[in-house]
Parts: sequence; structure tokens; C-alpha cells
Amino acid sequence: MASSFEPRIVVFACNWCSYAGMDLAGTSRMLYPANLRVVRLMCSGRLEPEHILYAFKAGADGVLVTGCHPGDCHYISGNYKTRKRIRLLEQLLAQFGLEKERLRLEWISASEGELFTRIAKEFIEKIRSLGPSPLKQEGLFAPLITVAAAGGGGE
Amino acid sequence: MSKPKVAIVLGSTCAGCDYSLLDLGPTVADVLASVEIVYWPTGADFKLSDLESVPDGSVALTLYEGAITNSDNEELAKLVRRKSKAVVAYGSCACFGGIPGLANVSTAKDIMKTAYVETWSSDNKEGQLPQPLSKVNGKHLELPVTYDTIRALDQVIPVEYYMPGCPPPLSYIEQALVAALSGKLPPPGYVFASERSLCDECKRTKEKKNLTAIKRFHEIIPDSQRCLLEQGILCMGPATRGGCKAPCVDNNIPCRGCMGPTPEALDQGAKMLSALASILALDMESGVSEDRLIPLIQQVKDPLGTFYRFGLPKSMFRRVIPRR
Amino acid sequence: MEKKDKVVTIQPITRLEGHGKISIFLDDEGNVDDAYYQVVEFRGFEKFCRGRPVEELPLITPRICGVCPWAHHMASAKAVDAVYHVTPPPAGRKLRELAYNTFYVHDHGAVFYALQAPDFVVGPTAPRAERNVLGVIAKVGMELVKNILAARLEATRMLEVLGGRAVHPVMTVPGGVGKPITEDQRKELEQRAAKMVELAKLTLKIFNDVVLKNKEYVDLITGDIYAHKTYYMGLVDEKGKVNFYEGKLRVMAPDGKIVAEFNPSEYLNYIAEHVEPWSYLKFPYLKAVGWKGFRDGADSGIYRVGPLARLNVSDGFTTPLAQEAYEKFVSILGKPAHATLGFHWARVIEIMAAAESALELARDPEIASKEVRTIPTATPDEGVGVVEAPRGVLIHHYKTDSEGLVEALNLIVATVHNNAGINLSVKKAAQSLIKNWQVNDGLLNMVEMAFRPYDPCLACGTHALLGQMPLEVNIYDKEKRLYKRLTRG
Ligand code: SF4
Ligand code: SF4
Ligand code: SF4
Ligand code: FES
Repeated sequence: MASSFEPRIVVFACNWCSYAGMDLAGTSRMLYPANLRVVRLMCSGRLEPEHILYAFKAGADGVLVTGCHPGDCHYISGNYKTRKRIRLLEQLLAQFGLEKERLRLEWISASEGELFTRIAKEFIEKIRSLGPSPLKQEGLFAPLITVAAAGGGGE
Repeated sequence: MSKPKVAIVLGSTCAGCDYSLLDLGPTVADVLASVEIVYWPTGADFKLSDLESVPDGSVALTLYEGAITNSDNEELAKLVRRKSKAVVAYGSCACFGGIPGLANVSTAKDIMKTAYVETWSSDNKEGQLPQPLSKVNGKHLELPVTYDTIRALDQVIPVEYYMPGCPPPLSYIEQALVAALSGKLPPPGYVFASERSLCDECKRTKEKKNLTAIKRFHEIIPDSQRCLLEQGILCMGPATRGGCKAPCVDNNIPCRGCMGPTPEALDQGAKMLSALASILALDMESGVSEDRLIPLIQQVKDPLGTFYRFGLPKSMFRRVIPRR
Repeated sequence: MEKKDKVVTIQPITRLEGHGKISIFLDDEGNVDDAYYQVVEFRGFEKFCRGRPVEELPLITPRICGVCPWAHHMASAKAVDAVYHVTPPPAGRKLRELAYNTFYVHDHGAVFYALQAPDFVVGPTAPRAERNVLGVIAKVGMELVKNILAARLEATRMLEVLGGRAVHPVMTVPGGVGKPITEDQRKELEQRAAKMVELAKLTLKIFNDVVLKNKEYVDLITGDIYAHKTYYMGLVDEKGKVNFYEGKLRVMAPDGKIVAEFNPSEYLNYIAEHVEPWSYLKFPYLKAVGWKGFRDGADSGIYRVGPLARLNVSDGFTTPLAQEAYEKFVSILGKPAHATLGFHWARVIEIMAAAESALELARDPEIASKEVRTIPTATPDEGVGVVEAPRGVLIHHYKTDSEGLVEALNLIVATVHNNAGINLSVKKAAQSLIKNWQVNDGLLNMVEMAFRPYDPCLACGTHALLGQMPLEVNIYDKEKRLYKRLTRG
């Protein structure tokens, strides 16, 4: 059963470090490209918690957030902010009943292409063992109707 | 010209929204006299057949109050959609699910088990739960079906306007009724509330201070002039629309977000989380100590219940994932 | 009447009619076999309040009901105080009591004038079209109505000063209230409270002139038609007087004997709730007597709460004008008064009691003290908070972990206490009005009059407020086919 399941992973990568690192590793040749959807950001600090929730809602089985090592952020403290957001988000996701392993934060520098590959593979296997995201369950999260008027925030 | 038809209908509600109309005082009488009320079971003697008998699309403005928690609510919502030119999601329950939407932490069956079996005063050893169809002494009695997932009104029918607030500030209801009277309703999608965040309208002073401890509001007597959030009390102001005149914050009680997310927010809770992260432990931004960060973050008790107090059904996930 | 012709299929849409529903079943002779008053809505606060920090519950639980949010706010605040083992300082307690008495005027006032006055002021036999608020206006005059509306706004403004807004207050915190009032605010509150006393005087006078001076009405109230000999329960202070905010729960037997008086925190020793599959509302009963089904009398555990029950179990009021009115009430209806229509009268007397108490409190200089809250220091665990909601005893009971996160809770609201009593009253009215396949046209009226005294605020279950409750009565024959459906209008 689990073998037929190919996890979909969204990777949020900082342009200066991890995205460069990924390039270096020639990522696409070393990993199943089907598993990863990479979103490049100028800094991990640009990543809002909303984007992570949105990725899960859109069908991600796991979300990997990568940024520069502490002290290396080009915008000085973007990665520290990200860390705080992710740690807070972990508390929230736990209450939503989503396995905390589905969200992962890693520091990867431009020269650490192999590290990225190893982490990505590990993560894919972890998610494979967890199975598809429970948010994709039929019925419970009934489809939304489309509404012309988009007020009131939310969807 | 004939008076515009207005309907006020109730879904799963505490009825506080329309009951608060009485607090308009004598004004309410004037307003009500200038429209033709076709349905308002709270206010006067109306039957559903009154609403059924008006031509489709003839009701100028319908105020729908309450969330959709059961089959009756859903059928009524669909009926008023047919009858109305414009529907207002009236109050936080209709806009975002409101407090009843917190039921999305669980499922109908679990909730009933708690209410009818586990509560201490229940004398119910057989585990009897209310049933959609039941037979008593050979007689059949019916109840509507309670849903597992509570929905906001626009998750069931298309909605033209939103009037958040629990209950909505009276000035907005006056504004909507006056607009309906003059036939000058705003373009669809309009939200009867402020376009700014509550923080933008709050009178308390903000200093962007480094937040080193989270406090629950019973733990300290806050400074009445300074921002509550900066004193460590989780106040939803940054993620919440203004327009309410901040009765909570004014009484030293933190905002719980009843006016709903700010216009640009995709998810009220995530937005709040982000605002909190930006002032939390600023001093640690030059250091790396997770050992200090984690205990601090654990001081945030119940982020889900606090950040989505009025809007769980409109959150990105809409509900908690039931345990398998 | 040809019964076969009267079979009607139930369209699903008819269930929308309201949140309360009555089903009447006939036997072979066409007489009433059974009648059920069903509450069809359910929201589950007992579940989703779990896991929340307990100090949030006074802000969450009022959403059970927008008509009596203050009752939930206060019962919840008191339960949270108990959980944290903290006592508000005198000014904190007095501010709460002032707000609570003001809320009584606000709520009882709306209920009496908009919902109940039509029956009395316009008259129970007046045409339906006139038996509404407009009918009241026609009878008593527009000017008076405007005065009444304006006077009620005094209560609204007071609630806004004290709790931020009149519906869904944000006032209490564990150990007191969020903010002190200024001396200027105290003066404002005092002036407004004085106007509430004037409103109460006017209301008592209207009741006297229109109802008590009319023999027809007095006969209706004192007559047997809606009387049920049940137990009664209500809060009394240490002198046995009515207190809305705190005290001991006293239980009176149908013969007037006081059979129990206990600390509200011990309620589980005295009451339990029976569950039926056909209603979303439970049926509480006295444990010492037991659940014996839907019947009244001393050997049935059914008890009633609310204005009538409060006047029955207590020894009157602490304030002079309310006490005077109470004495008159007892001299006419006796003690205990079993007449269900006595609820209306008791409610009017309570408007006076609440207004007088509010004025006394607003005059107390201590109420403007800056000491309005005590910071809790003990480890939270478990607590019960009980107040008299306008419709009767309201119980909040919470249990938390050592961090004050809610593990379990129990809520028993007034309308639930009265659920069995309402069923009794409805069945009795049905039995006296349906005989031998003849469904009297006055049935709907009489059934309504049977439960309106309880003012079943079904938002605490569903909704029945200012107007008349959306009501549907279905009558079934022996084959359980729908024989007749009556809807209001
Ligand atoms: S929005 Fe608030 S006041 Fe309105 S129905 Fe919902 S809970 Fe009641
Ligand atoms: S967080 Fe709260 S107290 Fe602070 S400015 Fe915003 S609304 Fe005001
Ligand atoms: S302060 Fe917040 S919770 Fe209070 S009324 Fe305003 S938006 Fe609602
Ligand atoms: S630039 Fe890489 S995390 Fe900020």
C-alpha cells in the first residue's frame, strides 16, 4: 500500500543559501523530481505561516523549510524569525492533529548540496512511512463552493 | 414606492445578534417601520410559510444569523438564498462559524457522547444519544441531523455581504439598513467593518518591545495605557479587523478576534502567529538558544482555541483532523 | 371530522419551522395519548470548551445564549474563581452584582413587555392579530411605550459602562473584574439606576391596573388550568431572601416544606439528568425522589426553577418595594404558588427587586474603589459557579489540570431544569383541549400560554425571545399518521 504512495513535498528554500546548495547538488538528478516542489524565497524570513498552511491545504504531504545557518542570513535575522514562527506553528499543527514530522526546518548553506540531498531523501522516506496527509481525507474537508464575493477574509 | 422587503433568519445561533437590535432603542422602531419585514421569528409572529410564499428574489436584504451546524440550518440557508437579492452573513457565526464553530475540534458523535453520557450529572448508563429518528411508545419523533463539520454561511450558499462581530457593532447594522432603504447597497463582497486592523485603531501605546514572557490575563494586572500584547498578554488585535471600538481591550481583557481576520489575511491564526513571532524573544535573534526559545513558546497555551476563537471553520484547515 | 382526510405528509421543509416542536399523539377515541415538546438543536459546549484555558470560559460560554449572556458570564466567572481558589475584593464583587442586577432589568423588561404583556394587556381572548407588541402600544399608548424603551436603554448604557457591551459582556476576570470604575461613572450609574427603579414602579403599576384589577385575569392565574404541583429550586441568601448572584440552593416540596438547602457546589448529590432520544435537551430531576417519568406530585422528582420558584422557595426580598409586592403575591397565590401563570407576576416583582438592588449598589461609595481584582496564586483544580439566571438556576462546573486547562465541564441551564415541567404543561393543555377527534381552535393559544411563562430561552437550547416562538404542533392518529398540523398564525 505505502509503496504506491509518492509523497508530495513542498520545499521553501532561501535563495542565498539552501536554494544555491540545491543547485550545487544537481538536485533534480539525485531525487525523484515528482516528490519535490521547490518554492524559492529571497530569504526564509519571507515565509509566512500562512504559506505553510496553504501548502498543506493544497495537498502537500510534507513541508520542508530551509534557510541559511544562524548568523549567515543576508537580511541578518530572517532565519531567526522563521525559527520562531516554525516552532510556534508546530504547537498549532499539533492541536490541528497533523503529525509534527510533516513540517521540518533545516539550515543548509550554499556549499551543502549533499546535505540537502540527504535531508530531502530522509524526509521523503519519513513522509512515505506516515502516509498521505490526513487533510486529503474525503468527506471531512468537504469541497468549498466558489463564491464570487470574496469578503470576510479566509478563503 | 413599496417598502423594501427584509428578512432576519436564524441558523445555529445564540440569537444575540438580532436581540441586540433592541439596544438601538426607539430607533429600532423607526427602522423597522420603514421596511417590510417578511420573516423574523425572534421579533414577531412569523411562519416559515410566510417566507416561502414571497416570490423568489424579491427580498431586498436578508440578514442570516448563526452558523450551519445541522440539516435544518442548511435547508433554511438555501431557501433564503432563493428568496433574496442580497444576503448578509450577520455576525461572526455566519461570517466565520463563530463560537459554535469551535465544535470543529471534534465530531458530532464525540460531542454528543460528552454532552449526554460523560457529563457528571447525566444519568445515562445505557449511553442513550439523541437520534434523528426515534421511537417512543411506538411513536416516531424526528430531530435534525447534526453535522461533523460546522460551516460558515458562505461555505453553504453564496453571500453578498459580511457583517462580523459577536454581536456586530450596532452602527454597522444601521448602516446596512439605511443602505437597503435607499436602494444603495455597496458592491458585493463588502464587509461592514473597518478596513484597518484593531491595532491600528487601538489607543494603547506600542513600543515594539522585546517580549520575554507570555502571560495569561488572570496572572497580571496590566498597565492600562500600554499594548496588552507587549505586556505578554495574547491579544488578537494585529490579526483582527477593527470597527468594534475595542470593548475588550478597553476592559483590560485581550481581544479574541470576533471581527474576523484583517482584509489581507488568508488565515487569522497564522497571521496572529506571525505577529507574535515578530516581537517574541527579540533578544534571541542574535543568539541560537533553542533551549530558551522552546519553553517560551510553550507558554502559549491553546493557540488553536485562542487564535481561531471565532473562525475555526474559515481557517485554512477548517477543522481539527479527527483521530483515526 | 373525517380523520382519513386529515392525513398530511410531512415535508422535510416543515422541520425548519422552529427550534422547538410539539408532537401530540391521539388514541383510538381521538383523545390525547401523549404529547412531546422537543428541542431540536444542539451545539456541544461541553466538548469544545475542553482544552481551553479556564479563564477564557466566561468569554466563551455566554455564546450559549445572546439573551442571557450575563448569566453565563457570571456563573462562569464564579466557577473560575472557585477553580483558582480566589475571592474578588469587595468592589469587584459589588461591580459584578451591580451589573447582574442591571441585566435582570434589561432582560426581564424585554421579556415582559414584548413577549408576555400581549397576553395580559391586550387580553388572552383578543384576536391574534392584536396580541402582539403593536397591540400593547395601542392599548397603553405610544408615549408610554417610548418611555419604556428609553428606560430600558438606561440598563443598556449601564451594561456598556460595566461590561463593554450589553450583549456578550467582557467584564469579569478570575478574582474580580477587569477594570475599576471612576467616581464620575459611579454617579452616572446611580442616576441611571434611579431611572430603572422608576421603570419598575411603572411596570408594577401596569400589572396591577391591567391584570390584578381584572377579575377575569386573576381567575385565569389562580385557576387550575396550568397548575402543577412540583418541587421548586432557587438561590437564597443567609436570611432566606431571594439573591440572583449568590447563596444556597433551597428545594421546596409541593406541600411547601423545605426539603433541602445546600451549597451549590454539592449539586451533584441532589440532582441528576435523564436523557431521552427524541430531544436535544436533558431532563433533570431530584435524586432523592428519582425520575418517575412525566408526571407531577411529591413522588415525582420533577422540579421547576425560575421567577415562580424563586418566590416560592425564598422568604421574600431584601428591598422594600419588591417585598411589598411579594407580600401581595403570596396573599393571592399562596405559598408555594403552583400556578404556572404566576411566573409572569413574579417576573414583574423581580424587575423591582433588581432595580432597587442596583440602585443600592450604585450608591455605595466603595464600588468606585480601585481594588477590583485579586490575582490568583493557588493551583487551579475544580469549581462550581451558580447564579439565578432570569429563567432559573444556572450551574457551571469546571475541572482543570494543574495549568488551568479545562479537562471536563458540566452545564445545566435554566430551561433544561424546566424541560420536564414544560412537557407537563403542554400535555395538560393538550389533554384539556383535544377530545374525541375535536381539535379546539384555541389549542395553539393555550399550548403557547402553557409554556410561555417559563420563557423557555431555547437559545440555551434554541430561541424563544421577543416574539412568539416559531411553533409547530403535529397531531398524529393511532396509526402515527399525521392527523393535523397547527402552526402559529
Ligand atoms: S455572532 Fe455572537 S451574538 Fe451573533 S449569533 Fe453568533 S454567538 Fe450570538
Ligand atoms: S495588540 Fe491589542 S492591546 Fe496591543 S495595540 Fe493591538 S489591539 Fe491594542
Ligand atoms: S476587541 Fe476583539 S474580541 Fe473584542 S469586540 Fe473587538 S474584535 Fe471582538
Ligand atoms: S537570506 Fe537565507 S534565511 Fe535569510
